Amino acid sequence: MPSQAVLTADQRPAPRYVEDVIRAAVILTMFWGIAAFLVGVVIAAQLVWPQLSFDSPYLTFGRLRPLHTSAAIFAFGGTALIGTAFHIVQRTCRARLFGGEALGWFVLLGYQFFIVAAALGYLFGITQSKEYAEPEWFVDLWLTIVWVAYLIAYVGTVMKREEPHIYVANWFYLAFIITVAMLHIVNNLAMPVSITGTKSYGAWSGVQDAMIQWWYGHNAVGFFLTAAFLGMMYYYIPKAANRPVYSYRLSIIHFWSLVFMYIWAGPHHLHYTSLPDWAQTLGMAFSVMLWMPSWGGMINGLMTLSGAWDKLRTDPGLRFSVTAVGFYGMATFEGPVMSIKAVNSLSHYTDWTIGHVHSGALGWVAFIVFGTLYYLVPKMWNRPAMWSTRLISWHYWIATIGIVLYITAMWVSGIMQGLMWRAYDELGFLQYSFVETVAAMHPFYLIRLLGGVCFLSGGLIMAYNMWRTIRTETETFATQTQPALAA
Amino acid sequence: MTLESLHEFLASFWTVWAVIIFLLIVFWALRPRNRKRFEKDARIPLDDDR
Repeated sequence: MPSQAVLTADQRPAPRYVEDVIRAAVILTMFWGIAAFLVGVVIAAQLVWPQLSFDSPYLTFGRLRPLHTSAAIFAFGGTALIGTAFHIVQRTCRARLFGGEALGWFVLLGYQFFIVAAALGYLFGITQSKEYAEPEWFVDLWLTIVWVAYLIAYVGTVMKREEPHIYVANWFYLAFIITVAMLHIVNNLAMPVSITGTKSYGAWSGVQDAMIQWWYGHNAVGFFLTAAFLGMMYYYIPKAANRPVYSYRLSIIHFWSLVFMYIWAGPHHLHYTSLPDWAQTLGMAFSVMLWMPSWGGMINGLMTLSGAWDKLRTDPGLRFSVTAVGFYGMATFEGPVMSIKAVNSLSHYTDWTIGHVHSGALGWVAFIVFGTLYYLVPKMWNRPAMWSTRLISWHYWIATIGIVLYITAMWVSGIMQGLMWRAYDELGFLQYSFVETVAAMHPFYLIRLLGGVCFLSGGLIMAYNMWRTIRTETETFATQTQPALAA
Repeated sequence: MTLESLHEFLASFWTVWAVIIFLLIVFWALRPRNRKRFEKDARIPLDDDR
C-alpha cells in the first residue's frame, strides 16, 4: 500500500487526553497525604502519652494504626499512583485513556470509596486482622472490581497506543497493577459468615496462612511501594531534568530482575517461626540478591542527572525526586541486611523495623510523590511554575529533618530494645523486664513524634503552595513569584 | 511417557527455565545492535509534550 499521507506519531497532533481525573487525583493525593501524616503524628503521640486514646475504643492505637498505614500506603500512595498512571500511560502511548473520562472517574472515585469504607471499618473494629489487608470481605470484593477496571483502562490504553514501543515506566505500572490484583485476591480468599454480616473466615490457616500473608505483605512493598513508584521515577525524573534516563538497557534489566526476584522475598518476615527452615533461607537469599536490581535502579535514576546536577540548586521539586532515589537506595540496602537471619534475630519485632519502613515510606515513596506533584501541578493547571519556589525549599528541608529525626530515633530505640530483650544476667535470667524496655524507649518516641510533626508541617506547606498555585491566575503569576524562578 | 508425566518432568525444572528466560532478556537488552533503538525509546517521555 502506498502511504504518502501517513504521519508518524510525533507529527500528528496529540490526542485529547483525559486530564480532569488526573487533576482530581492530584488534589486527593495531597488530602490523603495530610490525613496519613496527621494520624501518624496522633499515634506517635499516643505512644509517648498513652492517655491520648481517651479511653475510647474508637481511638485506641490498635484501631488508629491501620488507619495510618492504609491512609499512607493505599490512600496517599494509591491515589498518587492512579493519577500518575493515567498521566504517564496516555502521554507515553500518545493515546487517550481507554474508556475515556467515564472509566477514569470510575477507577478514581471507586478507589476513594474503597478507602473510606476500609477506614470506617478500622474505627468500628471491623477487620480481618491481616496486616495491610485489614478490610473485610465486602470491601475486598469492591476493590477487586475497581482494580479490574483500572487494569482494563491501563491495558486498553497501551493496546491502542500510537507509539510503537511501550516505554519502560509502563512496564513497572503494569507489573504493579497485575501483581497487586493477584496478591489481593489470593490473600483475601475468605468465606463470609452470612451474606448480610461483616465477619468472614479466611481460606488459609496455620503456617500457610502466615506465608501467604507475607507473600502478600512483602510484595505489596515490592510491587505497590517499589515497582509502581519506580515507574514514576522513570517518567518524571527524565521530564523534570529534561534528559533521557541514564541507561535504557539498565532499566530493562532493572525491571526484569526486580520482577523475577521480589516475589520470593516474603519468607524473611517469618524468620525463626514454624515456617520450614528452607523457606526462611530461600526468602533471605532472594532478599540479599535484590540488592543488585535495587542499586542498579538507584544508579540509573541518579545518573540521569549527570550533566544536570545544577538543576538541583534551582529546582527543589527535582531535589525531592533525587533525594527519594537516594532513600530508595538506602532503604533497599537496609532491607537485605535485616533479612539476614542473624541480623533479624536482633531487629525483628523492634522499632528498627518501623524505622526501616519509614525510611522507605517517607524518604522514598512520599518524596518521589512530592517531587512528582511539584512537577505535575503547574503542568496540569497550565501555570509557569509552582506559586513559591522558596516554600518548596522550606518543605524539602523540614521534611528531610523530620525523616532524619524519625529514622535515627528508631535505629537507636530498636537496637537498644533488641539488645535489652536478649540480655541475660550472670545467673542466666533475663536482665530486663518487658516494661523496663518500654520505659527506655520513651525519649526516642518523643524524638520520633518531633520528626513526624516536621514531616506533617512540610506537607501543610506543600498543600498551601499547591492551593496558591491553582488559585493564582497565570497572568498575575509573574509578579507574585520569586526572581529565582526567572533565573 | 505420557504427555502428563512429560509436563510434570519439565515443570520440575521451572527454576532453570526461569533463569534461561531471564538470561535471554539480559542478552536482548545488552545486544549491541539494539543500542540505537533503546536510545530512541529512552526519549519517548521527552518528546510527548503538546
